[in-house]
Amino acid sequence: MNQPDSGPAPVLALTDISKSFGAVRALQDVSLHLYPGEAHALAGENGAGKSTLIKTLAGVHRPDAGQVLLDGEPVVFNGPADARDAGIAVIYQEPTLFPDLSIAENIFMGRQPRTSLGRIDRRAVHGATAALMTRLGVDLDPERLARGLSIADQQIVEIAKALSFDARVLIMDEPTAALTGSETARLFSVVRTLREGGAAVLFISHRLEEIFELCQRVTTLRDGRWVASELLGGLTEDDLVRRMVGRDLDELYPKQATTVGGTALSVRRLTREGVFRDVSFEVREGEIVALAGLVGAGRSEVVQAVFGVDKADAGEVHVGGERLRAGSPTAAMAAGVALVPEDRRQRGLVMEASIERNIGLTGLDRLGSGGLVRRALERGRATDWAVKLQLKYNRLSDAVGVLSGGNQQKVVLAKWLATDPAVLIVDEPTRGIDVGTKAEVHRLLSSLAAEGLAVLMVSSDLPEVLGMADRVLVMHEGRLVAELPRAEATEETVMAAATGRLAGEGAAA
Amino acid sequence: MNTLAKYLRWDTVVGVLLIAVFLAGSGTTEGFADTANLSAALNDTAEIALIALPMTLLVVAGQVDLSVASMLGLSSALAGSLWEAGWSFELIVPICLLVGALGGLLNGWLVTRVGLPSLAVTIGTLTLYRGLASVVLGDKAIADFPEAYAQWATYTQTVPGTFVPYPIALFAVLAVVTAVVLHCTAFGRSLYAIGAQEDAAYFAGIRVKRLKLVLFVLAGFVASFAGIVYTLRYGSARADNGLGLELVVIASVLLGGVDFDGGKGTLGGAVAGVLLIGLLNNLLTLNDVSNEIQVIVTGLLLVASVLTPRVVTSVSERRQRRAATAAPATA
Ligand SMILES: Nc1ncnc2c1ncn2[C@@H]1O[C@H](COP(=O)(O)OP(=O)(O)OP(=O)(O)O)[C@@H](O)[C@H]1O
Ligand SMILES: [Mg+2]
Repeated sequence: MNQPDSGPAPVLALTDISKSFGAVRALQDVSLHLYPGEAHALAGENGAGKSTLIKTLAGVHRPDAGQVLLDGEPVVFNGPADARDAGIAVIYQEPTLFPDLSIAENIFMGRQPRTSLGRIDRRAVHGATAALMTRLGVDLDPERLARGLSIADQQIVEIAKALSFDARVLIMDEPTAALTGSETARLFSVVRTLREGGAAVLFISHRLEEIFELCQRVTTLRDGRWVASELLGGLTEDDLVRRMVGRDLDELYPKQATTVGGTALSVRRLTREGVFRDVSFEVREGEIVALAGLVGAGRSEVVQAVFGVDKADAGEVHVGGERLRAGSPTAAMAAGVALVPEDRRQRGLVMEASIERNIGLTGLDRLGSGGLVRRALERGRATDWAVKLQLKYNRLSDAVGVLSGGNQQKVVLAKWLATDPAVLIVDEPTRGIDVGTKAEVHRLLSSLAAEGLAVLMVSSDLPEVLGMADRVLVMHEGRLVAELPRAEATEETVMAAATGRLAGEGAAA
Repeated sequence: MNTLAKYLRWDTVVGVLLIAVFLAGSGTTEGFADTANLSAALNDTAEIALIALPMTLLVVAGQVDLSVASMLGLSSALAGSLWEAGWSFELIVPICLLVGALGGLLNGWLVTRVGLPSLAVTIGTLTLYRGLASVVLGDKAIADFPEAYAQWATYTQTVPGTFVPYPIALFAVLAVVTAVVLHCTAFGRSLYAIGAQEDAAYFAGIRVKRLKLVLFVLAGFVASFAGIVYTLRYGSARADNGLGLELVVIASVLLGGVDFDGGKGTLGGAVAGVLLIGLLNNLLTLNDVSNEIQVIVTGLLLVASVLTPRVVTSVSERRQRRAATAAPATA
């Protein structure tokens, strides 16, 4: 191990922690030391045990063996509240907001400032929330209800919640997975300030460049075991990947050349009042078109209207030349459209249902005849896709809720790829997916496109957009502001359009 | 995770309990295991059992229909008043069924189109349908229905060679059909998805509203049919027939392990729940236990059915926890 041997003692440490869930050994003899003033990365593939480790630190899970040490003393946290009282702020991988409470109420849940009369001081709550939002550089109304917030916005609220008390330890499980570059940059500058003030930070991300940008040390896990704890200074991204995966990795963006065919999806003047306006574009067979933009630009809303889960106020969607009935996902599916939604917990998956049931849900009419569902076909469909996407699971009859975040995302992809679509719309397809599998997903999308599939991809991951897309459409504040062919799409041009510096110019043809 | 809770499926427990009650009854109570008594005991649950089928589908889909017993009453009152007016029974039955389906349609429409929660909607229509029943028949009681039909509904006539009365035989057939629908069809799969996570079901292209509507119509239809059965079985059409029966139906379904939050449960469990409550009540009656006590026993069973899985979970969690806290001390 490579730890600073002089200087302060670890503020928080795990020693020889093991944790199993039934037959799944999620952690085995893992140790981790977190020092004040350091940003420490936790790396590993999907299902390596990162979230389990964090939940053990935070008192959500009890370790089967091993100890948690706070300032060198063994502690037993009985739940997240204990951890919080000890000054540990945790941002979990999946946002857990109360949908019927406002953003401000969510952030100050259970510890609202009070007036002298003992009533909740609404104005103070509002003000503090607004201040947090300014600090994070986002424009979210503190009074807005959490219901209906995009995943990225929910993530921001979770971050604000963690920052709202003066934590000595800040633990973040993939906080940036749904964020674009600019929100991430803001978050990092806030985190740096905390770190300089002596706080310890534990950070998880599958975007390796973020790890190198923010952190000084990294601990790598593989299959629930500790692999290495070392300074990032001497490492390359390839070194880190090798630690995580145990082998070298192929190309991350294996873009295949394709021959572009006829128009598969055509969106004409689509409008939803107050959300997006006058959006027109086409996606042709064999083409991967990316929809880029900042968080809140309306990208997810556009694709949801295209698929029909939201009803547009005006405009038309044509698939394969036929006009789609508005507001009917069933009709969209029948026309060969598939949508992998952004929010996997609410919309992508039935969390308490099994892996095979979830994958089967989009093809119930194909799993037998006369409305009957044949178990063997259902299982076969699930098995096929579990193998293709290298799903890490125990049994196909396990609830998807027990899978690691990245593996849940694979199930959502599987469920939609299994419908054999003509137009595939993916909203953040690789959110929370590890580098190795990301490359697999990209390879898959690329080869499907080569076979004539039309792909529309919403992604906040700019390298992914630039690496995979034949064309990049950029949205800014609900309007399509730029259309860039692959050759012209660079980080600068996309960001310029996304931040509105291009507004008015070159709207999509 | 926690082994005890995993292997101890509640619907199995209810099945075992059912057998235990049967064995205990045969051992202790004279006449309990006689075929005539069993026929009577089964037939006494006919309406509850019939309505429990669509109710199970509704609860699995995260919905509930509290208006079923009122619909039973309305159907009975309607049958009575038409019979009194001299209509032929062959015409009365389809009219009652149509009214039932329309009542279900109203429930479903309010839930899916207006977007009200089913609990609120059907509390309203519970009162409405019972009120309509009183309007139709007042406080009269109509009797003297055609002998052939009345015979069909009583426990004294059984399917030849068995002790199964006809309403129960019909229920058995419908139960098998419902079980296949719930557990082996696309329709059934969709209901579980809707009950567990409605948004995810909608995003998967499932016609959530249409399916819910179908379920409510089905519930109204079956409830009105149960009203006919009830009328024939007791030989009396009254506006207050089956008062409060909806609670027994729901209790039986929940007792059978169907989760009130939706998304969980089996039809077999629900049927076992119905039979368990039916047999138990019969046994208590034979032992001269008063009606009040019977209600209390049913209530306790229900509380137990809701509590037991939770207790099992928390006990095994505590055991795990103790093991976990003991570990560092020995290390
Ligand atoms: N509550 C649970 N019950 C059963 N198995 C679980 C549970 N939680 C996690 N697991 C299993 O433990 C393993 C580690 O999961 P964990 O969530 O820690 O992975 P991770 O490293 O965070 O992955 P990801 O990058 O995908 O988020 C996985 O195989 C997962 O299926
Ligand atoms: Mg995780």
